[in-house]
Amino acid sequence: MKISGAKIVVETLIEQGCDTVFGYPGGQVINLFDELYINRNRINHILTAHEQGASHAADGYARATGKVGVCIATSGPGATNLVTGIATAFLDSVPMVAITGNVPCSLIGKDSFQEVDIVGVTMPVTKHNFIVKDIRELADTLRTAFKIAKSGRPGPVLVDVPKDVQTAVWDFEPKTEPVRPYPLNFASDSKLRLAAEMIKKAERPYIYFGGGIIMGKASQELLALAEKIDAPLGCSLMGLSALPTNHPRFLGMNGMHGHYASSVAQDESDLVICLGARFSDRATGDKKRFNKNFKIIHIDIDSAELDKNITSNLAIQGDIKDALFRLIPMLTETKRPEWDKRIEELREEEKRRIESAAAIAFEKRCDNCTHPCDKSGLASENHLSPYQIVDIISKNTSEDDIIVTDVGQHQMWVAQRYPFMKPRTFLTSGGLGTMGYGMGAAIGASSASRKRTVLFTGDGSFGMNLNELATAVSQNIPLVIVIMNNGVLGMVRQWQTLFFDKHYSNTTLNRKTDFVKLAEAFGAKGVRVFNSEELEKATAEAFACNSVYLIDCAVDCNEFVLPMLPPGGSIEDIITEIK
Amino acid sequence: MHNNQFVIGVIVSNVSGVLSRVSGMFTRRGFNIDCLTVGETESSEFSRITVVFHGDDDIKHRIIKQLEKLHDVKEVEVLEPRETVIRELLLIKVRNTPSTRQDIMTAVEIFRSKIVDYSTTALVCELTGETSKIDAFVELMKPYGIMEMCRTGMVAIERGDTCLKTEK
Repeated sequence: MKISGAKIVVETLIEQGCDTVFGYPGGQVINLFDELYINRNRINHILTAHEQGASHAADGYARATGKVGVCIATSGPGATNLVTGIATAFLDSVPMVAITGNVPCSLIGKDSFQEVDIVGVTMPVTKHNFIVKDIRELADTLRTAFKIAKSGRPGPVLVDVPKDVQTAVWDFEPKTEPVRPYPLNFASDSKLRLAAEMIKKAERPYIYFGGGIIMGKASQELLALAEKIDAPLGCSLMGLSALPTNHPRFLGMNGMHGHYASSVAQDESDLVICLGARFSDRATGDKKRFNKNFKIIHIDIDSAELDKNITSNLAIQGDIKDALFRLIPMLTETKRPEWDKRIEELREEEKRRIESAAAIAFEKRCDNCTHPCDKSGLASENHLSPYQIVDIISKNTSEDDIIVTDVGQHQMWVAQRYPFMKPRTFLTSGGLGTMGYGMGAAIGASSASRKRTVLFTGDGSFGMNLNELATAVSQNIPLVIVIMNNGVLGMVRQWQTLFFDKHYSNTTLNRKTDFVKLAEAFGAKGVRVFNSEELEKATAEAFACNSVYLIDCAVDCNEFVLPMLPPGGSIEDIITEIK
Repeated sequence: MHNNQFVIGVIVSNVSGVLSRVSGMFTRRGFNIDCLTVGETESSEFSRITVVFHGDDDIKHRIIKQLEKLHDVKEVEVLEPRETVIRELLLIKVRNTPSTRQDIMTAVEIFRSKIVDYSTTALVCELTGETSKIDAFVELMKPYGIMEMCRTGMVAIERGDTCLKTEK
């Protein structure tokens, strides 16, 4: 059957099991959008307010479902607007296929209207990318793009389709099923035996896991390992939601803003078993001092991550689920009462430090201070503490609800405090730290699953992509937006407080934005809250309304994210209170 | 070959953009390339890139693993100098004067170089060999007045019947 390139794109997407795509039309994808219109009953296209929103939505869709997310944009500015979303997906290993239109092949290289070499631009932030100049290669290139995106360590792939390729006509034979990923690498037996030997010799093992556990669906195996060797568990930001947060062995995230007990336990251990994580600088601090006390076994699907950031004592490449499944029988059941006791002490110490920091924060509330945020008109006699907000929201959510964040202080507060129960319920930009990620990601996650979605954001992050309120409203998704509004760019301000003599350069927002009116203007509901009673009431209303509801929470600008390992510091430099 | 210098042979798909993917990876990851050459292979499907860089074993391993991650890269191998024939080509244009002509011709003969273009004012010599030989010849020509020169950078192939080739 001979069909147009545009139709081939849509048919291939459907063949690959794609039910929803996110995008924005334009001159060089008009043929493609025509096919999306014709096939609107077979594939759903969600129009965002901006292409960046579309790429974050495809990312959110992929993280929430585990499927490949797809976004579509026109050439030039449409394509470049996708880039931040593609880079976000790249840094967090999210499977995505981005399709861009381009000017006809004859106009490429002539600086034509809306022409950008998007393949060149996205080369450093994609697993791979293609420009299809020959219609005969279009279908197979798209299939390969899906294959690459979901193989091994997932990631984004971009396919650039010039307009004349969309209009050309060629044979198309649909495949009966989506492409399968490339075969996985499996850990070698000999290396797993070495790992088992190292674990047997260890007295104080600590398991450090990352997003690889979620992608590799290895939560059960992870817990089984911890049980068998009686070890505590800590994770990276990307690892959150792999385990129920209330699991007795789980100490929480470690690293720059991780839990005190988790970071200290890692430092006091004699063996760190790192599973599907990559020792990012936010997790390790000073790399020279990081592993002076312990040995490391590092297992990851991506061999390039092994010995990249931290040199391990034993590096094993392989699928994490399979590796753990085979490693566990090689180990003997062990009890470590002394290590358990020490972990309990650390948990107690953590509680004490959190209370002490909270007391200091309470004393320094904005009510008594002369900081510029007073003048923003936002500060009032009452403020909510960040943990209070997370607690009240989480009391009302179910374990299937999807939690999304933007980037900054609120992100860390949620990461520290929210009781995640199921994998793929926590969506956050970890590697790239993309402010403005949240709205798009929430739309992608919610429109895919129709699950209730809660976006925690800050007034800074929300300001970056609040235009997507329009999309959320037109899609009528069950989305609760919780703004932790402190009138400042809190995370940078925190650094300025600690390391820049309180020179609050450009972090005091002084905006007069009324988020409630804004929500209403977009067709959503909104309310501003100052204390826990108001938040309780607003939450109940928001969760009952089943559409877009914005809760603007007053937060003090002197709330800090604690503990904090200063950048480039190590565990000795941990800050647990700021006076 | 200097100490800490490595030569890697890379077989890549012969498609447009592959050179920028490979060289871009080096830039992006902060690896320094000493030289890079690319050319056809016996199969039209593949090109062969020879990369020379310096660093320690850690960097070598990281470079290999990053190269292996690229979709268009089919084979990567470190070529051990002792097991490898390494060659470079030099074209050098030297000033031709009656007083220096004979000396240049002698050097050309001793180095088994070739004069490939001759005019009354300039000579173009061609020389292949290992880098050290090329360096020595260039050094020797300096006093006679080098007008311009270009070198291809190293190409390398393993000795014996071992091949760096994808199974196809």
